[in-house]
Amino acid sequence: MKSSNKVIGYLFLSICAIISIFPFYWMVVSMTNTSSDVTRGKLLPGGHFIENLKNLLQTVDLVPALTNSAIIAVATTVLSLLIASLAGYGFEIYRSKAKDIVFNILLLSMMIPFAALMVPLFRMFGSFTPILPFIGIDTLSAVVLPTITTAFLIFFFRQSTKMFPKEILEAGRIDGLKELGIFFRIYVPTMKTTYAAAAIITFMASWNNYLWPLVVLQSPENQTIPLLISNLGSSYSPDYGMIMMAIVIATLPTAIIFFFMQKHFVAGMMGSVK
Amino acid sequence: MNIPEKLGPEKLAKKPAPRPARSLRLKNTLIGWSFVAVASLLIGIFYFFPMVQALIMSFQSGTGVNLSFVGFENYIRLFQDPVFLTTVKNTVIYLIIQVPVMILLALFLSVVLNNKTLKWKGFFRTAIFLPCVTSLVAYSVVFKYLFAPDGIVNMTLMKINLVSEPVQWLTDPFWAKITIILAITWRWTGYNMIFYLSALQNVDQSIYEAAKIDGASAIQQFFKITIPMLKPIILFTSITSTIGTLQLFDEVMNITAGGPGNSTMTISQYIYNLSFKYTPDFGYAATVSYAIVILIVIFSIIQFKAGGDKK
Repeated sequence: MKSSNKVIGYLFLSICAIISIFPFYWMVVSMTNTSSDVTRGKLLPGGHFIENLKNLLQTVDLVPALTNSAIIAVATTVLSLLIASLAGYGFEIYRSKAKDIVFNILLLSMMIPFAALMVPLFRMFGSFTPILPFIGIDTLSAVVLPTITTAFLIFFFRQSTKMFPKEILEAGRIDGLKELGIFFRIYVPTMKTTYAAAAIITFMASWNNYLWPLVVLQSPENQTIPLLISNLGSSYSPDYGMIMMAIVIATLPTAIIFFFMQKHFVAGMMGSVK
Repeated sequence: MNIPEKLGPEKLAKKPAPRPARSLRLKNTLIGWSFVAVASLLIGIFYFFPMVQALIMSFQSGTGVNLSFVGFENYIRLFQDPVFLTTVKNTVIYLIIQVPVMILLALFLSVVLNNKTLKWKGFFRTAIFLPCVTSLVAYSVVFKYLFAPDGIVNMTLMKINLVSEPVQWLTDPFWAKITIILAITWRWTGYNMIFYLSALQNVDQSIYEAAKIDGASAIQQFFKITIPMLKPIILFTSITSTIGTLQLFDEVMNITAGGPGNSTMTISQYIYNLSFKYTPDFGYAATVSYAIVILIVIFSIIQFKAGGDKK
């Protein structure tokens, strides 16, 4: 590469990197500053970290919201992985023409926008409320249930199962394992990295989910983190330092996952195009 | 197959393939289906059944749960509804400006990053990929404050004398759309870049060597080699981005709340407002939601046609 091209390349990358990082830097710095410092455009860390944290804990129900989000995200991840991997395995290992047709129909659901589902789903869960109150409107289960099965994840597991050495299954059968035993004792342990990738994308999507919880959750004690942030963000006289504190806390779990498991995260993204 | 003719009788005698007994085969079929049953059932219940319900509701009208059939009234209303037409226009503007800009930017970035002699490659890649960790709500709120009249963006622009007075990033119909587009581009460019980077690693470097010997410039290489080689992945990312943009909700809701007026409102947000903000009209909301489905189908077909195998 010519040296002038190289300089342009570095310049381009640096500008993009600065733009990408700046909002994070600003978030982190602002959570240590007073609201008026933030408005004044202060870009250096200040000494109001503890104060902002105290304010945040007094103003909003941060811990319950974090707990709700964690319960929803963990439950969604565990159930999604179980259901989708069983299906992905089933579609690939017990392949048949009829199952392929079903699989293709399931894939069509990826084209359905959630906005189109929310009204009928809202009515569906509304009708559950009198008979099955524990999964009705304004329950955490109602947030989890419609999101635990995505065609994307089934597709992801099926694609990964294609690489799975099928001779091992025969060996398992000869050893007298039942079909479900083969799945849990042989398939699951060998596919650890696939599960890790799937877990990351599912957890992050669930932790960050906004529209459906906004529709189905009503009482403040059921609030999730994105709902709390959204409420804070729409207040008329925002306390910037405090809000940035909330945003940083909300982003921390996904940021930690990102930094420690970037490889699996990328693998999860790529799983869809293999 | 003509194997039996070539086999001697004794071999044939050994051959009878152990056909599984009927009951065993049935059992295997049942086991296979039971693996896929739960997932298929749940997708049926939570995706296809609601879509059928929405279709039925789209022919009904009324407030709240008191719906009655009105025939095609909702569909006629759709084309005369200025708010709906505005939301379609807004969504399509986001789509046709944001998706190509983002994909080109991501492609440039991936090509520059794919250079073997580049230093701090890992740093650049991680930095540009980083926006993906934020939740859509969280980054939207951050952008709303960054682009506020007295926010950092205006402060910087005024300090370097690019503008003399604050740009109304959130309250001017034109600039508000730009803000939304900038925000989505910030959040998703790195995500798409990662796809292109991994695809570029599979491209044979000797093609570029040959092109260089033939005197092709960097820009020619980009348009004549890189883009055609990455066509399948570009198609994939443009379809996923299109589907994502047509469903845009979180950003608009949290940055501009659809305003000023309805100038940034998206179709998804209109459905939300019709169902949960205004006097609920589930029937008409369902009609509007079919509009997104149809738009997704149309744009996916266009992209498949454009990205298909014509040369």
